[in-house]
Amino acid sequence: MIQIKDLSFKYGKKEVLNHISMNLDAGKIYGLLGENGAGKTTLLKIIAGLQKPYRGDCIVCNEIPFQRRPSFLSRIYYLPEEIDYIQNDYSAFHFADLNAPFYPNFDWEKFKKVLEEFDLDGTKKLNKLSHGQAKKAAISFAVAANVELLLLDEPSNGLDIPSKTIFRKIMAEYCLESTCTLISTHQVRDLENLIDPIIILDNRAVLLNESLERISEKLCFTLESAIPSDALYAEPTLGGYLCVSRNNNERESRVNIEALFNATMQHKTSIYELFKNA
Amino acid sequence: MNFDEHKPIYLQIADLICEKILNDAYREDERVPSIRDMGSLLGVNPNTVMRSFEYLKTIEVIYDKRGVGFFVTPGAKTVVKSIFKQSFLNEELPLIVKKVKLLDIETEVLCNHIREGLKAG
Repeated sequence: MIQIKDLSFKYGKKEVLNHISMNLDAGKIYGLLGENGAGKTTLLKIIAGLQKPYRGDCIVCNEIPFQRRPSFLSRIYYLPEEIDYIQNDYSAFHFADLNAPFYPNFDWEKFKKVLEEFDLDGTKKLNKLSHGQAKKAAISFAVAANVELLLLDEPSNGLDIPSKTIFRKIMAEYCLESTCTLISTHQVRDLENLIDPIIILDNRAVLLNESLERISEKLCFTLESAIPSDALYAEPTLGGYLCVSRNNNERESRVNIEALFNATMQHKTSIYELFKNA
Repeated sequence: MNFDEHKPIYLQIADLICEKILNDAYREDERVPSIRDMGSLLGVNPNTVMRSFEYLKTIEVIYDKRGVGFFVTPGAKTVVKSIFKQSFLNEELPLIVKKVKLLDIETEVLCNHIREGLKAG
């Protein structure tokens, strides 16, 4: 679905992405993680055709995004973090009336159902809604567009606690098997159990792009009373230390994405090497 | 559903289905919820649920009718019971025994509590 090779990007002289490579497949819900300024939003914008790569290749749905052909744009949807573009003097239904024609597979029934699940009135003017409610309307449209590639930048930001749960349910229920979904986030806990594979981005490399299954084959996440000598990473928690270590004994543990992220940030090379080999 | 911090999610979902088979919520040759319904219900990635179902298939607790869905295998209850029993005896009980030792609870007191619990239960 997405093939990125040796991609570099600069804002003026400031290098944001430097020789990034990765491939993404249809039918998966990828979680894109990275520290502030790692280039997550820039990467999403390049994939959506909103920014032009400085160097390298980015091929999405067999097209070059920046050419912005209608045949490409009708197959993808990019939901930015700031959704002021939707907060106009008209309703969610009217917004969909205006925008649905650009997306040939747009599903009105789905749109109505998702709005309903969010408990949102589609006839209310979008500029009269709170930021969180407008975000729900924007998410509903994005999901109902039934595109091949769905790009969501921090979708859970601004949602209240119950809506975050509803958001996960909606994504699990309505993302098509043929769709590739890429969600960038800092709120790992909001999306836990939903995102898989996990991508960890750094300005200089994709440090990790693996399924949870592969991660739990290679790494072990355990609660220990003392930090074992071979632990890659440990953080104090209730009842001891949450430790990340190499999985040498074929133990099956639950991947703690926050600990995985912190471990990767501390040991970029060893984590990268661990998954590169084998 | 509240997930355990340490056990892989796909196994926790498998456990959930097994429990439902044990207490007859899902009966033999009955259909279990679809991968998507289960994912939506729990807010979990459908690929994870798929992995749970694949696992349950390999231990012959459910079977796959192409294009129709997944069904409870005849005799699944016996299989689940024996798996759960093994995991109780080998994994959960040792932890309880450890605590009994730590707290110096007399065997007789413990047995009485268990007997009363079984009677009430």
